[in-house]
This record gives sequence, C-alpha cells and structure tokens, in this order.
Amino acid sequence: MTILEYILLGFLLVCAVAANLSKNLLNAVLIYMSYSVIMSIIWMLLQSPDLAITEAAVGAGVTSVLFFLTLKKVHQLRGTRDE
Amino acid sequence: MNKINSASHTLWGRLSAWVEGDPLPREKKAAAPAPSAPREKKPPVKKMRRFIAFYRVMAVVFCVVIIGVLMATVNALPLFGRADNPASNEVVQRYVESGLEETGAVNIVAGMILDYRAFDTFGESSVLFLAVTSVMILLLRDKNNTDREEDLRTARELIVENKSEDVILQRIAVILVPCILLYGIYVILNGHLSPGGGFSGGAIAGAGLILYASSFGMIRLHRFFSQKTFTAVTTSCLLVYACSKGYSFFTGANHLPTGIPLGTPGAILSSGLILPLDICVGLIVTCTMYGFYAMFTKGEI
Repeated sequence: MTILEYILLGFLLVCAVAANLSKNLLNAVLIYMSYSVIMSIIWMLLQSPDLAITEAAVGAGVTSVLFFLTLKKVHQLRGTRDE
Repeated sequence: MNKINSASHTLWGRLSAWVEGDPLPREKKAAAPAPSAPREKKPPVKKMRRFIAFYRVMAVVFCVVIIGVLMATVNALPLFGRADNPASNEVVQRYVESGLEETGAVNIVAGMILDYRAFDTFGESSVLFLAVTSVMILLLRDKNNTDREEDLRTARELIVENKSEDVILQRIAVILVPCILLYGIYVILNGHLSPGGGFSGGAIAGAGLILYASSFGMIRLHRFFSQKTFTAVTTSCLLVYACSKGYSFFTGANHLPTGIPLGTPGAILSSGLILPLDICVGLIVTCTMYGFYAMFTKGEI
C-alpha cells in the first residue's frame, strides 16, 4: 500500500510541475484534470470517501469543463482561433 | 447620449451609469498633452536587459522563499493521525461516540456537517448561490448588454451547432446521462447512510445535466429546466434551509419539530432533518453547476 501511495504522490508532483510548465493551455487543463483524479484516489486511500467523490466530481469534472469553456471563450482552442 | 448627459449631474445618475457600464461622460476636457520631448535615439537596451535578468533572478528567489516557508510550516505540523494531536480532543470524541444516537446518521460526516455544524453548511450553500448570482450579473445576456452584431453572431453559432450534431457524443450521452443522474440522486438520498451527501451528489447530477446540454443543445433542456425553474429551485431550497436551521440556531439548538423521527439508523427515512437538508443542498449545487456551464457557454440559462 505504501508503495502505491509513493507512486501516486510522485505522479502528483509531476502533474503539479507539468501543469505549470506546459505552454499549451489545453494540455495544462488536461494535466490539472489528471491531478484531480490522482488526488481523489489519494483521498480514498486516506479513508475519506466523501472527499474522494467530491474531488472526482468537482475537480476533475465540473472545473475542467469550466476551464474548457473559458478557453473557448478567449479563442485558445484549435478551431476557435479565427473568428 | 443626451440622457446620460442630463443624468450625469446627480450622483445617482453617475452611479447608475457606472453600474450599467456606460462610459462616464467627461465633463472636464483633459488638458492637451504637453508636446513630448523628442525620443532618444537609442532605446535603453542595456537597462532593459539588466531589468529582465533582475526580474528572472527575483522570480526564482521569490519562489524558493515561498516554497521554503510552506515546507517549514508543513514540517512543523503534527504527524498525521497521532493520538495526541490537538485536533483529536473532546469534540471529536463526542462526535464519534454519541453522533449516531444524537443525529441518527450512519455516515458520521453527514451527521456533522448537516446536524452539528449545519449552520456552516448553510454558509457554504449561500456562497455557491452568491457565486452563481455574480456570474449571472457578469455574463447574463439581455437587451442592455448586447447589440445587433452580437445577436447575429449568436444566431449564426446556433445554426452551425444545430447542423453539426455529434453522433458519437449523442449515442454515448443517451446511455450515460440517465446513469449519472440516477447515481447523483442516489448519492444525495443516501447522504446520511453512505459516503457522499448533498454537495457531492449535486455535483454529480450537475455534471450529468452539463453532459446532456453539451450533447443535445440547451434548447432541449429548456423543456424541463428554464431560468424560471432555476430561480425558483435555488431560492426556495435556500429559504427552506435557512428557515429550518435558523430556527434551531436562534432557539438554542432546538430542532424544528418536523415530526420526522430519528428512526432506526440504516433506514432511508431516518436521522430527522438531515435527509430534507441533503435534498436542498443537492438541488442548490445541481442548479449552480449547471448555471455556471450555461452562463459560460451561452450567457443564458
């Protein structure tokens, strides 16, 4: 179990740094989404399933959708650039 | 323009013009700018370079200092799950030992946030409500903040959207949306029995609504969910919550005599007010999540 936790924490660190360094905004949002998924698994391992459900639904689901919509609004997705 | 000029003399007129986003009429003409001195022939390249190098170094230093402070703080925190932590005091003991018989909720977290600390949860719901209200103030489209050009563009986008239906997305949504909505309702209704509760279940159901709206368009969703429903549901849920919990707050931790018994722990009709409060919070969160989506895409619910 501890090995799994260390692997997940490593992924968490990689995601946190990569989301900052990524130049493509869409990639940054996707990395942030995977960060939330990993975080929800970690909440599950820490025995707080309430938080895990909320993190998966809000962090990985709704927040990412809102980020995508914002990117579309500011014309940063491919296909929405020239208007 | 004439109206603005006549209104701009009073303070109220200026304020309303500012709120509605009209440019404030300039009464005093700004003095003509003094003729600028002739530009230097060479831009200060050396100075700029030095500034950029300084900026980079300072950014790194700043980051390292902040990371160091945070790490030192984390290091000073007590270890996770130790028995002599300041967090494990008599409050936690009371919750764990007598939470089940006092609230009737098997899920002790729900018992805490919707019974012992229900007023805090009321604050959280109000925060969500305020957030969606401010997003509506900023992004809601009505005749005051749209012009003809923008209306035309939205109509054009709507035509394109209706023509290019995504078949794969729609097929998958037909299968997934009922499951997601059912799961959200299950999580809301079982908030006092199993992990979850109003907030998480509402977020799941809201995500289902978002999937439906993004695959079939919002016009189909308007058949059962319009702005009127949105306003009615959110305000009435918040009012029910405020009344039922304000009662017990102002009468000194007396519960509202609703006639709902604590019941047997484990049955779905148990634990008094927690189930109705869960449903209220769930509805508020569902509406809020969908409202954010609708505001960000179309600017109307």
